[in-house]
Amino acid sequence: MTVGLSHFLIVAAILFAVGVAGILFNRRNVIVVLMAIEIILLAVNINFVAFSVYQHNLIGQAFTFMVLTVAAAEAAVGLAILVVYFRNRGDIEIERANLMRDGA
Amino acid sequence: MIDLQDFMVTLPVIEVALIALASLVAAAVWGEKAVRALGGVAIGAFLLALATMYCPVRFETFVDGTMPVLAFGSHFIDDGFARFAKTIILIASSLSVLLSWDYFEKEGHARAEYPVLILFVTLGMMLMVSASDLLSLYVGLELQSLSLYVLAAFNRDDSRSTEAGLKYFVLGSLSSGVLLYGASLIYGFAGATDFASLSALLRETSNPGVAIGMAFVGAGLVFKLAGVPFHMWAPDVYDGAPTPVTAFFATAPKLAALALLTRFVLSPMDGLSAQWHQAVMFVAVASMLWGAFAGLAQTRLKRLLAYSSIANVGYLLVGLLAGGEGGVQAILIYFAIYALNTLGIFALVLCLRREGRAVDSIDDLSGLSKTHPLAALAMAVLMFSIAGIPPLAGFFGKYVVFLAAVKTGFVPVAVIGVLSSVVAAFFYLRIVKVMYFDEPLLALDPLPGWGVRFVLGFSSVAMVALAVLPEPLIQGAVRAAESFSG
Repeated sequence: MTVGLSHFLIVAAILFAVGVAGILFNRRNVIVVLMAIEIILLAVNINFVAFSVYQHNLIGQAFTFMVLTVAAAEAAVGLAILVVYFRNRGDIEIERANLMRDGA
Repeated sequence: MIDLQDFMVTLPVIEVALIALASLVAAAVWGEKAVRALGGVAIGAFLLALATMYCPVRFETFVDGTMPVLAFGSHFIDDGFARFAKTIILIASSLSVLLSWDYFEKEGHARAEYPVLILFVTLGMMLMVSASDLLSLYVGLELQSLSLYVLAAFNRDDSRSTEAGLKYFVLGSLSSGVLLYGASLIYGFAGATDFASLSALLRETSNPGVAIGMAFVGAGLVFKLAGVPFHMWAPDVYDGAPTPVTAFFATAPKLAALALLTRFVLSPMDGLSAQWHQAVMFVAVASMLWGAFAGLAQTRLKRLLAYSSIANVGYLLVGLLAGGEGGVQAILIYFAIYALNTLGIFALVLCLRREGRAVDSIDDLSGLSKTHPLAALAMAVLMFSIAGIPPLAGFFGKYVVFLAAVKTGFVPVAVIGVLSSVVAAFFYLRIVKVMYFDEPLLALDPLPGWGVRFVLGFSSVAMVALAVLPEPLIQGAVRAAESFSG
Protein backbone atom coordinates (compact mmCIF):
# COMPACT_ATOMS: atom_id res chain seq x y z
CA MET A 1 0.00 0.00 0.00
CA THR A 2 1.34 3.41 -0.88
CA VAL A 3 0.70 6.41 1.26
CA GLY A 4 -1.23 8.96 -0.77
CA LEU A 5 -2.66 12.43 -0.35
CA SER A 6 -5.89 11.14 1.16
CA HIS A 7 -4.03 9.50 4.05
CA PHE A 8 -2.43 12.77 4.99
CA LEU A 9 -5.76 14.52 4.75
CA ILE A 10 -7.41 11.94 6.99
CA VAL A 11 -4.69 12.29 9.63
CA ALA A 12 -5.07 16.07 9.47
CA ALA A 13 -8.86 15.83 9.75
CA ILE A 14 -8.57 13.55 12.81
CA LEU A 15 -6.08 15.91 14.46
CA PHE A 16 -8.35 18.86 13.70
CA ALA A 17 -11.32 17.07 15.26
CA VAL A 18 -9.23 16.15 18.33
CA GLY A 19 -8.20 19.78 18.71
CA VAL A 20 -11.73 21.16 18.41
CA ALA A 21 -13.06 18.51 20.81
CA GLY A 22 -10.25 19.37 23.21
CA ILE A 23 -11.43 22.97 23.32
CA LEU A 24 -15.16 22.34 23.41
CA PHE A 25 -15.37 19.37 25.81
CA ASN A 26 -12.51 20.09 28.17
CA ARG A 27 -13.99 21.47 31.40
CA ARG A 28 -10.93 21.49 33.59
CA ASN A 29 -7.65 22.98 32.53
CA VAL A 30 -6.80 25.93 30.32
CA ILE A 31 -3.33 24.57 29.57
CA VAL A 32 -5.01 21.65 27.79
CA VAL A 33 -6.95 24.19 25.72
CA LEU A 34 -3.67 25.82 24.65
CA MET A 35 -2.39 22.40 23.62
CA ALA A 36 -5.59 21.75 21.65
CA ILE A 37 -5.09 25.02 19.76
CA GLU A 38 -1.58 23.91 18.81
CA ILE A 39 -2.98 20.57 17.59
CA ILE A 40 -5.45 22.41 15.32
CA LEU A 41 -2.62 24.45 13.81
CA LEU A 42 -0.59 21.26 13.38
CA ALA A 43 -3.47 19.70 11.45
CA VAL A 44 -3.58 22.74 9.19
CA ASN A 45 0.16 22.52 8.56
CA ILE A 46 -0.07 18.85 7.59
CA ASN A 47 -2.82 19.78 5.13
CA PHE A 48 -0.79 22.57 3.59
CA VAL A 49 2.41 20.56 3.24
CA ALA A 50 0.63 17.51 1.84
CA PHE A 51 -1.26 19.58 -0.73
CA SER A 52 1.91 21.44 -1.57
CA VAL A 53 3.90 18.26 -2.23
CA TYR A 54 1.21 16.51 -4.24
CA GLN A 55 0.41 19.57 -6.35
CA HIS A 56 4.05 20.60 -6.92
CA ASN A 57 3.13 24.08 -5.76
CA LEU A 58 5.30 25.85 -3.19
CA ILE A 59 2.76 28.36 -1.85
CA GLY A 60 1.52 25.80 0.69
CA GLN A 61 4.95 25.44 2.23
CA ALA A 62 5.37 29.21 2.46
CA PHE A 63 1.98 29.28 4.16
CA THR A 64 3.18 26.68 6.67
CA PHE A 65 6.08 28.86 7.77
CA MET A 66 3.71 31.77 8.32
CA VAL A 67 1.40 29.55 10.38
CA LEU A 68 4.32 28.27 12.49
CA THR A 69 5.45 31.82 13.23
CA VAL A 70 1.99 33.06 14.12
CA ALA A 71 1.38 29.95 16.27
CA ALA A 72 4.45 30.80 18.34
CA ALA A 73 3.20 34.38 18.84
CA GLU A 74 -0.26 33.09 19.69
CA ALA A 75 1.11 30.71 22.34
CA ALA A 76 3.12 33.56 23.86
CA VAL A 77 0.08 35.85 24.06
CA GLY A 78 -2.09 33.03 25.39
CA LEU A 79 0.33 32.09 28.15
CA ALA A 80 0.76 35.74 29.12
CA ILE A 81 -3.01 36.16 29.49
CA LEU A 82 -3.16 32.89 31.42
CA VAL A 83 -0.48 34.12 33.84
CA VAL A 84 -2.35 37.35 34.67
CA TYR A 85 -5.56 35.34 35.00
CA PHE A 86 -3.90 32.94 37.43
CA ARG A 87 -2.51 35.83 39.48
CA ASN A 88 -6.02 37.23 39.95
CA ARG A 89 -7.88 34.01 40.54
CA GLY A 90 -5.41 31.50 41.94
CA ASP A 91 -6.65 28.69 39.67
CA ILE A 92 -7.11 28.00 35.98
CA GLU A 93 -10.20 25.81 35.99
CA ILE A 94 -12.48 26.62 33.08
CA GLU A 95 -15.66 25.84 35.02
CA ARG A 96 -14.92 28.64 37.47
CA ALA A 97 -14.40 31.23 34.73
CA ASN A 98 -17.95 32.49 35.15
CA LEU A 99 -17.76 36.00 36.62
CA MET A 100 -19.85 37.39 33.76
CA ARG A 101 -23.33 36.15 33.08
CA ASP A 102 -26.59 37.51 31.71
CA GLY A 103 -28.46 39.44 34.35
CA ALA A 104 -25.54 39.33 36.78
CA MET B 1 9.10 41.64 -8.99
CA ILE B 2 9.00 44.18 -6.20
CA ASP B 3 9.64 47.79 -7.13
CA LEU B 4 8.92 51.29 -5.90
CA GLN B 5 5.33 51.03 -7.11
CA ASP B 6 4.59 48.33 -4.50
CA PHE B 7 5.88 50.49 -1.69
CA MET B 8 3.98 53.55 -2.86
CA VAL B 9 0.69 51.63 -3.09
CA THR B 10 1.12 50.30 0.45
CA LEU B 11 2.55 53.55 1.84
CA PRO B 12 -0.31 54.30 4.31
CA VAL B 13 0.08 50.84 5.86
CA ILE B 14 3.88 51.11 5.94
CA GLU B 15 3.63 54.45 7.76
CA VAL B 16 1.39 53.01 10.45
CA ALA B 17 3.69 49.98 10.78
CA LEU B 18 6.82 52.09 11.23
CA ILE B 19 5.16 54.44 13.71
CA ALA B 20 3.80 51.45 15.64
CA LEU B 21 7.27 49.93 15.92
CA ALA B 22 8.83 53.24 16.96
CA SER B 23 6.06 53.74 19.56
CA LEU B 24 6.74 50.27 20.95
CA VAL B 25 10.38 51.24 21.57
CA ALA B 26 9.31 54.60 23.03
CA ALA B 27 6.83 52.84 25.34
CA ALA B 28 9.56 50.48 26.52
CA VAL B 29 12.01 53.34 27.18
CA TRP B 30 9.77 55.99 28.74
CA GLY B 31 6.97 53.83 30.17
CA GLU B 32 4.06 55.56 31.88
CA LYS B 33 5.43 59.05 31.29
CA ALA B 34 4.76 58.62 27.57
CA VAL B 35 1.06 57.61 27.73
CA ARG B 36 -0.37 60.96 26.61
CA ALA B 37 2.37 61.58 24.06
CA LEU B 38 1.94 58.14 22.51
CA GLY B 39 -1.83 58.60 22.36
CA GLY B 40 -1.19 61.77 20.38
CA VAL B 41 1.32 59.94 18.18
CA ALA B 42 -1.25 57.22 17.47
CA ILE B 43 -3.90 59.75 16.40
CA GLY B 44 -1.25 61.55 14.35
CA ALA B 45 -0.32 58.28 12.65
CA PHE B 46 -3.95 57.60 11.72
CA LEU B 47 -4.42 61.10 10.31
CA LEU B 48 -1.12 60.81 8.42
CA ALA B 49 -2.25 57.51 6.89
CA LEU B 50 -5.56 59.11 5.87
CA ALA B 51 -3.77 62.07 4.29
CA THR B 52 -1.35 59.79 2.44
CA MET B 53 -4.16 57.59 1.20
CA TYR B 54 -5.97 60.51 -0.42
CA CYS B 55 -2.83 62.43 -1.44
CA PRO B 56 -3.36 63.59 -5.06
CA VAL B 57 0.26 62.83 -6.01
CA ARG B 58 -0.29 59.17 -5.15
CA PHE B 59 -3.31 58.99 -7.45
CA GLU B 60 -1.50 60.72 -10.32
CA THR B 61 1.50 58.41 -10.38
CA PHE B 62 0.94 55.14 -8.55
CA VAL B 63 -2.71 54.36 -7.92
CA ASP B 64 -5.55 54.50 -10.38
CA GLY B 65 -8.54 56.09 -8.66
CA THR B 66 -11.03 53.92 -10.50
CA MET B 67 -9.31 50.56 -11.04
CA PRO B 68 -8.01 48.22 -8.31
CA VAL B 69 -4.22 48.17 -8.01
CA LEU B 70 -2.32 45.13 -6.73
CA ALA B 71 0.96 45.25 -4.85
CA PHE B 72 3.53 42.69 -3.67
CA GLY B 73 2.49 39.99 -6.08
CA SER B 74 -1.22 39.72 -5.49
CA HIS B 75 -1.18 39.98 -1.71
CA PHE B 76 -2.31 43.56 -1.32
CA ILE B 77 -5.11 45.31 -3.17
CA ASP B 78 -5.88 49.00 -3.16
CA ASP B 79 -9.33 49.87 -4.49
CA GLY B 80 -12.21 52.16 -3.64
CA PHE B 81 -13.74 49.63 -1.27
CA ALA B 82 -10.52 49.22 0.71
CA ARG B 83 -9.98 52.99 0.86
CA PHE B 84 -13.49 53.65 2.16
CA ALA B 85 -13.24 50.89 4.76
CA LYS B 86 -9.82 52.14 5.85
CA THR B 87 -11.20 55.66 6.22
CA ILE B 88 -13.89 54.49 8.63
CA ILE B 89 -11.40 52.29 10.48
CA LEU B 90 -8.87 55.10 10.90
CA ILE B 91 -11.51 57.55 12.12
CA ALA B 92 -12.97 54.99 14.54
CA SER B 93 -9.51 54.12 15.87
CA SER B 94 -8.68 57.80 16.43
CA LEU B 95 -11.93 58.32 18.32
CA SER B 96 -11.21 55.21 20.41
CA VAL B 97 -7.86 56.66 21.46
CA LEU B 98 -9.67 59.86 22.47
CA LEU B 99 -12.16 57.82 24.50
CA SER B 100 -9.34 56.29 26.54
CA TRP B 101 -7.67 59.67 27.15
CA ASP B 102 -8.59 59.97 30.85
CA TYR B 103 -10.15 56.62 31.58
CA PHE B 104 -7.08 54.55 32.35
CA GLU B 105 -5.55 57.29 34.48
CA LYS B 106 -8.72 57.47 36.59
CA GLU B 107 -8.78 53.71 36.95
CA GLY B 108 -5.16 53.80 38.04
CA HIS B 109 -3.57 51.74 35.31
CA ALA B 110 -2.47 54.13 32.60
CA ARG B 111 0.15 52.26 30.64
CA ALA B 112 1.92 53.22 27.46
CA GLU B 113 1.12 49.87 25.82
CA TYR B 114 -2.45 50.95 25.12
CA PRO B 115 -1.85 53.35 22.19
CA VAL B 116 0.83 50.99 20.85
CA LEU B 117 -1.63 48.08 20.83
CA ILE B 118 -4.27 50.24 19.14
CA LEU B 119 -1.68 51.08 16.47
CA PHE B 120 -0.96 47.39 15.87
CA VAL B 121 -4.65 46.47 15.76
CA THR B 122 -5.25 49.24 13.22
CA LEU B 123 -2.30 48.02 11.17
CA GLY B 124 -3.81 44.53 11.16
CA MET B 125 -7.22 45.90 10.16
CA MET B 126 -5.73 47.92 7.28
CA LEU B 127 -4.06 44.74 6.02
CA MET B 128 -7.31 42.81 6.39
CA VAL B 129 -9.41 45.14 4.27
CA SER B 130 -6.69 45.20 1.61
CA ALA B 131 -6.02 41.45 1.63
CA SER B 132 -6.39 39.75 -1.73
CA ASP B 133 -4.74 36.45 -0.90
CA LEU B 134 -5.54 33.83 1.74
CA LEU B 135 -2.05 34.33 3.18
CA SER B 136 -2.31 38.09 3.64
CA LEU B 137 -5.87 37.58 4.92
CA TYR B 138 -4.56 35.26 7.64
CA VAL B 139 -1.57 37.39 8.62
CA GLY B 140 -3.66 40.58 8.86
CA LEU B 141 -6.37 38.83 10.83
CA GLU B 142 -3.92 37.37 13.33
CA LEU B 143 -2.06 40.65 13.82
CA GLN B 144 -5.41 42.23 14.69
CA SER B 145 -6.66 39.34 16.85
CA LEU B 146 -3.50 38.86 18.90
CA SER B 147 -3.45 42.55 19.80
CA LEU B 148 -7.18 42.48 20.63
CA TYR B 149 -6.73 39.55 23.04
CA VAL B 150 -4.21 41.62 24.98
CA LEU B 151 -6.45 44.70 24.91
CA ALA B 152 -9.37 42.73 26.39
CA ALA B 153 -7.17 41.71 29.33
CA PHE B 154 -5.72 45.20 29.66
CA ASN B 155 -6.83 45.75 33.28
CA ARG B 156 -4.47 43.03 34.34
CA ASP B 157 -5.26 43.40 38.05
CA ASP B 158 -8.99 42.99 37.49
CA SER B 159 -10.30 39.43 37.41
CA ARG B 160 -13.22 40.35 35.11
CA SER B 161 -10.94 41.87 32.51
CA THR B 162 -8.48 38.97 32.54
CA GLU B 163 -11.33 36.50 32.34
CA ALA B 164 -12.66 38.36 29.31
CA GLY B 165 -9.19 38.24 27.75
CA LEU B 166 -8.87 34.52 28.40
CA LYS B 167 -12.30 33.71 26.95
CA TYR B 168 -11.66 35.86 23.92
CA PHE B 169 -8.26 34.28 23.41
CA VAL B 170 -9.51 30.69 23.58
CA LEU B 171 -12.54 31.18 21.34
CA GLY B 172 -10.68 33.56 18.99
CA SER B 173 -7.86 31.05 18.52
CA LEU B 174 -10.40 28.34 17.82
CA SER B 175 -11.99 30.49 15.14
CA SER B 176 -8.59 31.33 13.62
CA GLY B 177 -7.83 27.63 13.50
CA VAL B 178 -11.14 26.87 11.81
CA LEU B 179 -10.54 29.66 9.29
CA LEU B 180 -7.06 28.37 8.56
CA TYR B 181 -8.26 24.80 8.07
CA GLY B 182 -10.74 26.15 5.54
CA ALA B 183 -7.96 28.08 3.83
CA SER B 184 -5.90 24.88 3.54
CA LEU B 185 -8.84 23.06 1.93
CA ILE B 186 -9.42 25.89 -0.55
CA TYR B 187 -5.72 25.91 -1.42
CA GLY B 188 -5.66 22.14 -1.82
CA PHE B 189 -8.74 21.71 -3.94
CA ALA B 190 -8.49 24.87 -6.04
CA GLY B 191 -4.70 25.01 -6.26
CA ALA B 192 -4.29 28.73 -5.63
CA THR B 193 -4.46 31.18 -2.75
CA ASP B 194 -4.83 34.55 -4.44
CA PHE B 195 -8.36 35.86 -4.91
CA ALA B 196 -8.04 36.64 -8.64
CA SER B 197 -6.97 33.10 -9.57
CA LEU B 198 -9.53 31.58 -7.21
CA SER B 199 -12.28 33.66 -8.76
CA ALA B 200 -11.31 32.56 -12.29
CA LEU B 201 -10.98 28.89 -11.27
CA LEU B 202 -14.25 28.73 -9.34
CA ARG B 203 -16.30 30.35 -12.07
CA GLU B 204 -15.52 27.38 -14.32
CA THR B 205 -15.59 24.42 -11.98
CA SER B 206 -17.04 23.85 -8.59
CA ASN B 207 -15.58 21.37 -6.17
CA PRO B 208 -17.16 20.16 -2.91
CA GLY B 209 -13.77 20.49 -1.19
CA VAL B 210 -13.67 24.19 -2.00
CA ALA B 211 -17.26 24.63 -0.79
CA ILE B 212 -16.35 23.01 2.54
CA GLY B 213 -13.27 25.19 2.81
CA MET B 214 -15.38 28.27 2.11
CA ALA B 215 -17.79 27.25 4.87
CA PHE B 216 -14.90 26.94 7.35
CA VAL B 217 -13.41 30.32 6.38
CA GLY B 218 -16.86 31.92 6.53
CA ALA B 219 -17.51 30.43 9.97
CA GLY B 220 -14.20 31.80 11.21
CA LEU B 221 -15.03 35.29 9.94
CA VAL B 222 -18.60 35.25 11.30
CA PHE B 223 -17.06 34.34 14.63
CA LYS B 224 -14.85 37.43 14.54
CA LEU B 225 -18.00 39.43 13.68
CA ALA B 226 -19.94 37.84 16.58
CA GLY B 227 -22.84 36.75 14.40
CA VAL B 228 -25.25 34.08 15.69
CA PRO B 229 -24.48 31.10 16.15
CA PHE B 230 -20.87 32.16 16.88
CA HIS B 231 -21.75 35.05 19.19
CA MET B 232 -21.42 33.48 22.62
CA TRP B 233 -18.12 35.19 23.43
CA ALA B 234 -19.36 38.70 22.70
CA PRO B 235 -21.50 39.56 25.78
CA ASP B 236 -18.88 38.26 28.24
CA VAL B 237 -15.96 39.93 26.51
CA TYR B 238 -17.81 43.25 26.06
CA ASP B 239 -18.83 43.13 29.70
CA GLY B 240 -15.43 42.29 31.16
CA ALA B 241 -13.10 44.36 28.98
CA PRO B 242 -12.32 47.96 29.99
CA THR B 243 -15.00 50.28 28.53
CA PRO B 244 -12.80 52.13 25.97
CA VAL B 245 -11.65 48.72 24.71
CA THR B 246 -15.26 47.56 24.45
CA ALA B 247 -16.07 50.67 22.43
CA PHE B 248 -13.21 49.83 20.11
CA PHE B 249 -14.30 46.15 19.81
CA ALA B 250 -17.79 47.16 18.77
CA THR B 251 -16.63 49.35 15.88
CA ALA B 252 -13.42 49.11 13.87
CA PRO B 253 -12.55 45.37 14.19
CA LYS B 254 -16.11 44.51 13.18
CA LEU B 255 -15.79 46.53 9.99
CA ALA B 256 -12.44 44.91 9.20
CA ALA B 257 -13.91 41.41 9.55
CA LEU B 258 -17.02 42.41 7.61
CA ALA B 259 -15.01 44.00 4.79
CA LEU B 260 -12.89 40.87 4.62
CA LEU B 261 -15.99 38.64 4.52
CA THR B 262 -17.56 40.87 1.85
CA ARG B 263 -14.49 40.76 -0.36
CA PHE B 264 -14.10 37.02 0.22
CA VAL B 265 -17.63 35.98 -0.72
CA LEU B 266 -18.18 38.53 -3.50
CA SER B 267 -14.81 38.18 -5.21
CA PRO B 268 -13.21 34.68 -5.08
CA MET B 269 -16.34 32.84 -3.97
CA ASP B 270 -18.68 34.60 -6.37
CA GLY B 271 -19.16 31.39 -8.36
CA LEU B 272 -20.40 29.57 -5.25
CA SER B 273 -23.10 32.11 -4.39
CA ALA B 274 -25.80 29.42 -4.31
CA GLN B 275 -23.95 27.76 -1.42
CA TRP B 276 -23.18 30.81 0.70
CA HIS B 277 -26.48 32.64 0.21
CA GLN B 278 -28.34 30.26 2.50
CA ALA B 279 -25.68 30.39 5.20
CA VAL B 280 -25.51 34.19 5.17
CA MET B 281 -29.31 34.39 5.24
CA PHE B 282 -29.45 32.10 8.28
CA VAL B 283 -26.76 34.05 10.16
CA ALA B 284 -28.38 37.40 9.29
CA VAL B 285 -31.88 36.40 10.41
CA ALA B 286 -30.65 34.59 13.55
CA SER B 287 -28.42 37.51 14.56
CA MET B 288 -31.17 40.11 14.09
CA LEU B 289 -33.69 38.12 16.13
CA TRP B 290 -31.32 36.90 18.85
CA GLY B 291 -29.74 40.33 19.32
CA ALA B 292 -33.16 41.99 19.62
CA PHE B 293 -34.82 39.47 21.94
CA ALA B 294 -31.85 38.69 24.20
CA GLY B 295 -31.19 42.41 24.56
CA LEU B 296 -34.60 42.86 26.18
CA ALA B 297 -33.49 41.02 29.31
CA GLN B 298 -30.34 43.06 29.97
CA THR B 299 -29.94 45.42 32.90
CA ARG B 300 -26.37 46.56 32.25
CA LEU B 301 -25.40 48.92 29.46
CA LYS B 302 -22.28 47.13 28.24
CA ARG B 303 -24.07 43.79 27.89
CA LEU B 304 -27.00 45.53 26.25
CA LEU B 305 -24.64 47.08 23.72
CA ALA B 306 -23.11 43.65 23.07
CA TYR B 307 -26.52 42.31 22.05
CA SER B 308 -27.17 45.50 20.11
CA SER B 309 -23.97 44.89 18.16
CA ILE B 310 -25.04 41.30 17.44
CA ALA B 311 -28.34 42.59 16.02
CA ASN B 312 -26.48 45.17 13.94
CA VAL B 313 -24.22 42.48 12.47
CA GLY B 314 -27.46 40.88 11.32
CA TYR B 315 -28.52 44.06 9.49
CA LEU B 316 -25.08 44.36 7.89
CA LEU B 317 -25.25 40.77 6.68
CA VAL B 318 -28.60 41.56 5.05
CA GLY B 319 -26.64 44.02 2.91
CA LEU B 320 -24.10 41.30 2.13
CA LEU B 321 -26.92 38.96 1.16
CA ALA B 322 -28.19 41.54 -1.32
CA GLY B 323 -24.69 41.56 -2.82
CA GLY B 324 -23.60 43.48 -5.86
CA GLU B 325 -22.98 47.20 -5.90
CA GLY B 326 -26.23 48.06 -4.09
CA GLY B 327 -25.53 45.69 -1.23
CA VAL B 328 -21.95 46.86 -0.77
CA GLN B 329 -23.07 50.51 -0.77
CA ALA B 330 -25.66 49.68 1.88
CA ILE B 331 -23.08 47.86 4.05
CA LEU B 332 -20.65 50.77 3.90
CA ILE B 333 -23.27 53.45 4.60
CA TYR B 334 -24.79 51.43 7.43
CA PHE B 335 -21.44 50.71 8.99
CA ALA B 336 -20.19 54.30 8.88
CA ILE B 337 -23.33 55.45 10.69
CA TYR B 338 -23.35 52.53 13.14
CA ALA B 339 -19.69 53.02 14.11
CA LEU B 340 -20.10 56.74 14.87
CA ASN B 341 -23.35 56.10 16.72
CA THR B 342 -21.89 53.32 18.87
CA LEU B 343 -18.74 55.26 19.75
CA GLY B 344 -20.97 58.10 21.00
CA ILE B 345 -23.02 55.74 23.17
CA PHE B 346 -19.86 54.31 24.70
CA ALA B 347 -18.63 57.85 25.35
CA LEU B 348 -21.72 58.36 27.48
CA VAL B 349 -21.15 55.04 29.28
CA LEU B 350 -17.66 56.35 30.09
CA CYS B 351 -19.24 59.48 31.62
CA LEU B 352 -21.11 57.44 34.21
CA ARG B 353 -19.06 57.51 37.41
CA ARG B 354 -20.26 57.68 40.96
CA GLU B 355 -17.88 58.45 43.84
CA GLY B 356 -14.92 57.84 41.57
CA ARG B 357 -16.06 54.42 40.37
CA ALA B 358 -17.37 53.51 36.94
CA VAL B 359 -20.99 52.31 36.91
CA ASP B 360 -22.85 50.91 33.92
CA SER B 361 -26.31 49.70 34.86
CA ILE B 362 -29.29 51.18 33.03
CA ASP B 363 -30.76 52.43 36.34
CA ASP B 364 -27.66 54.57 36.85
CA LEU B 365 -28.92 56.70 33.97
CA SER B 366 -32.13 57.65 35.77
CA GLY B 367 -32.80 61.34 35.95
CA LEU B 368 -29.80 62.17 33.78
CA SER B 369 -31.86 64.84 32.04
CA LYS B 370 -32.03 66.78 35.32
CA THR B 371 -28.42 66.39 36.41
CA HIS B 372 -26.65 66.54 33.00
CA PRO B 373 -29.18 67.89 30.48
CA LEU B 374 -26.79 68.22 27.53
CA ALA B 375 -25.36 64.71 27.92
CA ALA B 376 -28.90 63.32 28.23
CA LEU B 377 -29.94 65.15 25.05
CA ALA B 378 -26.92 63.76 23.15
CA MET B 379 -27.67 60.26 24.43
CA ALA B 380 -31.35 60.59 23.45
CA VAL B 381 -30.33 61.55 19.90
CA LEU B 382 -27.95 58.57 19.73
CA MET B 383 -30.60 56.18 21.07
CA PHE B 384 -33.28 57.39 18.65
CA SER B 385 -30.75 57.08 15.85
CA ILE B 386 -29.61 53.52 16.62
CA ALA B 387 -33.24 52.48 17.13
CA GLY B 388 -33.83 53.61 13.54
CA ILE B 389 -36.32 56.38 14.18
CA PRO B 390 -36.60 58.92 11.35
CA PRO B 391 -35.26 61.44 10.54
CA LEU B 392 -31.95 60.56 12.24
CA ALA B 393 -29.03 58.94 10.44
CA GLY B 394 -29.63 55.47 11.91
CA PHE B 395 -32.98 55.30 10.12
CA PHE B 396 -31.30 56.13 6.85
CA GLY B 397 -28.75 53.33 7.36
CA LYS B 398 -31.46 50.75 8.01
CA TYR B 399 -33.46 52.08 5.06
CA VAL B 400 -30.65 51.56 2.53
CA VAL B 401 -29.90 48.06 3.84
CA PHE B 402 -33.50 46.87 3.67
CA LEU B 403 -34.02 48.61 0.33
CA ALA B 404 -31.04 46.72 -1.13
CA ALA B 405 -32.51 43.45 0.18
CA VAL B 406 -35.95 44.17 -1.28
CA LYS B 407 -34.49 45.15 -4.67
CA THR B 408 -32.66 41.82 -4.93
CA GLY B 409 -35.72 39.80 -3.95
CA PHE B 410 -35.00 39.02 -0.29
CA VAL B 411 -38.32 40.47 0.88
CA PRO B 412 -38.93 38.04 3.80
CA VAL B 413 -35.48 38.78 5.22
CA ALA B 414 -36.16 42.53 5.02
CA VAL B 415 -39.52 42.05 6.77
CA ILE B 416 -37.88 40.07 9.60
CA GLY B 417 -35.27 42.81 9.81
CA VAL B 418 -37.85 45.55 10.20
CA LEU B 419 -39.77 43.55 12.81
CA SER B 420 -36.63 42.79 14.82
CA SER B 421 -35.63 46.45 14.76
CA VAL B 422 -39.05 47.27 16.24
CA VAL B 423 -38.33 44.82 19.07
CA ALA B 424 -34.85 46.29 19.56
CA ALA B 425 -36.31 49.81 19.61
CA PHE B 426 -37.99 48.86 22.88
CA PHE B 427 -34.75 48.58 24.82
CA TYR B 428 -33.19 51.62 23.20
CA LEU B 429 -36.22 53.76 23.99
CA ARG B 430 -36.41 52.40 27.54
CA ILE B 431 -33.04 54.09 28.12
CA VAL B 432 -34.51 57.42 26.96
CA LYS B 433 -37.48 56.88 29.28
CA VAL B 434 -35.17 56.16 32.25
CA MET B 435 -33.14 59.29 31.53
CA TYR B 436 -36.09 61.64 31.16
CA PHE B 437 -38.88 60.33 33.36
CA ASP B 438 -37.27 58.51 36.30
CA GLU B 439 -36.17 60.25 39.46
CA PRO B 440 -32.40 60.66 39.89
CA LEU B 441 -30.63 58.19 42.22
CA LEU B 442 -27.43 59.31 43.91
CA ALA B 443 -25.70 62.14 42.07
CA LEU B 444 -23.22 61.21 39.36
CA ASP B 445 -19.72 62.67 39.29
CA PRO B 446 -19.16 65.63 36.97
CA LEU B 447 -18.47 64.70 33.35
CA PRO B 448 -14.90 63.53 32.61
CA GLY B 449 -12.31 65.24 30.40
CA TRP B 450 -12.60 66.73 26.94
CA GLY B 451 -11.74 63.54 25.03
CA VAL B 452 -14.93 61.74 26.01
CA ARG B 453 -17.06 64.89 25.74
CA PHE B 454 -15.69 65.56 22.26
CA VAL B 455 -16.59 62.05 21.04
CA LEU B 456 -20.08 62.27 22.58
CA GLY B 457 -20.76 65.66 20.99
CA PHE B 458 -19.15 64.76 17.67
CA SER B 459 -21.15 61.58 17.22
CA SER B 460 -24.52 63.03 18.24
CA VAL B 461 -24.02 66.04 15.96
CA ALA B 462 -22.96 63.64 13.19
CA MET B 463 -26.20 61.66 13.58
CA VAL B 464 -28.20 64.82 12.91
CA ALA B 465 -25.80 66.16 10.25
CA LEU B 466 -25.79 62.91 8.26
CA ALA B 467 -29.58 62.91 8.31
CA VAL B 468 -29.71 66.44 6.88
CA LEU B 469 -26.75 66.14 4.54
CA PRO B 470 -26.09 62.49 3.63
CA GLU B 471 -24.70 63.27 0.15
CA PRO B 472 -20.92 63.01 0.86
CA LEU B 473 -21.37 59.65 2.60
CA ILE B 474 -23.57 58.28 -0.18
CA GLN B 475 -21.21 59.43 -2.91
CA GLY B 476 -18.23 57.94 -1.08
CA ALA B 477 -20.03 54.62 -0.69
CA VAL B 478 -21.16 54.61 -4.34
CA ARG B 479 -17.58 55.15 -5.54
CA ALA B 480 -16.31 52.49 -3.14
CA ALA B 481 -18.89 49.92 -4.28
CA GLU B 482 -17.81 50.30 -7.91
CA SER B 483 -15.00 47.87 -6.99
CA PHE B 484 -17.62 45.13 -7.08
CA SER B 485 -19.36 46.12 -10.30
CA GLY B 486 -17.57 43.47 -12.43
